[in-house]
Amino acid sequence: MKNKNLFLAAAFALALLGMAIRLYAMEIPALAGRVNDLADVLTTDTRAGLESALADLERTDSTQVVVLTMKSIEEEPIEEFGIRLAEQWKIGQKGLDNGAILILALAERKVRIEVGRGLEGKLTDLMAGRIIRNEIIPRFREGDFDGGVRAGVNAIIATVKGEYTATGEERTDDSNVGEFPSFLIMAALIIVTSALGGVSKILGGVSGAIGLPIAVMVLVGGITLAVGIFFAVLGFFLGLLISVMAKGTGGGISGGGFGGSGSYGGGFSSGGGFSGGGGGFGGGGASGSW
Amino acid sequence: MKRTLLCMLIGFVLVSTVGCGYNTMQANEEAVFAAWGDVEAAYQRRMDLIPNLVETVKAYAKHERETLSAVTEARAKVGSIQMSKEMLNNPQNFAKFQQAQGELSSALSRLMVVMERYPELKANQNFSDLQNQLEGTENRINVARVRYNQAVQEFNTSIRIFPNSITNSFLLHLERKEPFKADEAAKTAPKVQFQ
Repeated sequence: MKNKNLFLAAAFALALLGMAIRLYAMEIPALAGRVNDLADVLTTDTRAGLESALADLERTDSTQVVVLTMKSIEEEPIEEFGIRLAEQWKIGQKGLDNGAILILALAERKVRIEVGRGLEGKLTDLMAGRIIRNEIIPRFREGDFDGGVRAGVNAIIATVKGEYTATGEERTDDSNVGEFPSFLIMAALIIVTSALGGVSKILGGVSGAIGLPIAVMVLVGGITLAVGIFFAVLGFFLGLLISVMAKGTGGGISGGGFGGSGSYGGGFSSGGGFSGGGGGFGGGGASGSW
Repeated sequence: MKRTLLCMLIGFVLVSTVGCGYNTMQANEEAVFAAWGDVEAAYQRRMDLIPNLVETVKAYAKHERETLSAVTEARAKVGSIQMSKEMLNNPQNFAKFQQAQGELSSALSRLMVVMERYPELKANQNFSDLQNQLEGTENRINVARVRYNQAVQEFNTSIRIFPNSITNSFLLHLERKEPFKADEAAKTAPKVQFQ
């Protein structure tokens, strides 16, 4: 019994610890450009050179490759840090998922290439591993971070070049469409029912009895007879009720009020800025340490 | 005045019947299936890697027959389990699947620990490649599992909350999906013996 309590306490402590680790996991830095040298290990020449090489790659291929150097990732496994980073930065084009991130954690002596789903065909785990082993690690071992990053990025570019071609189209954000049509259908039904109910209560009831099952059918896409009858009865009474209201208020409910359903489009910062295109990552890539 | 208010209230009730969660629940279930597809693909990828890995290791480490056969057996056991979408609603089958995969994971990690003893093997390019692929695959499995669990949590919540629960019991009859639990096998870390 005592043992069990002890075990429970230990489990609880572990769970708490786990939560603490989650809570204190390193915050993901803001994406500032293609080369984010937070550890300050690259020369200005390298930074500029990589920026333009990577911008060229995106211009011709639409593929986005980004570099991040960190002083420390606070002992978090680099694979976990990498996927969190990838989920936040969304490097690569939406739908193509053609992004890759080269991550360097100085204190942990860890390097990782995080590969977007769309690049996994060319930049396989095997290729990413070879780039790390053959290009990056030997230079890092000699303390040449500048040369290691440069060689790594060049190898990544050489590997993924030609996998995609840029379409030249601007990306658009087509989220936020939501469930707008269903509201429209119900609103239309209410307006029609209250208008008919203004003429006669029974007419309103019938309108509800016919309209509601149809509306449900449209929204749900096929219902059984029993369910249809249920909604018909419900619709009749609701229609009747609306009719009574409509007569009472004299003129029914004036519809409207469905404006502004979320913001369409918008949301990409042009004007020299750089942002991820919405690419998805699935944990592909390779890591290494020196 | 009162009537207008009541009128609006009824309108609101009617409109909100649309928000019965019918579409949301189905979309959430599809999200679970999609996430499950990724989990399956990641596990399959690992299955495909193993024969190659075993062959490569065999050439260098002939004395590790036990460790190698543990991997092969665990792989065969995983292969004998039929994976299907229906499994997700079935706690027993799901647990069996997870246990088999967990055993394979620990057999593989034991193998990797053993390999540390063979410097010639570690220097082999082919082995390093395989190791990278295996690590990448394990990482994919992790990511896919985490995402699957998130999708499951969202789905399970969406079929339990009101009014979705009513819609579900009358119309959809969707069943709760099983999430991955922390691996039993992973809790017992492989023992490293120094000689």
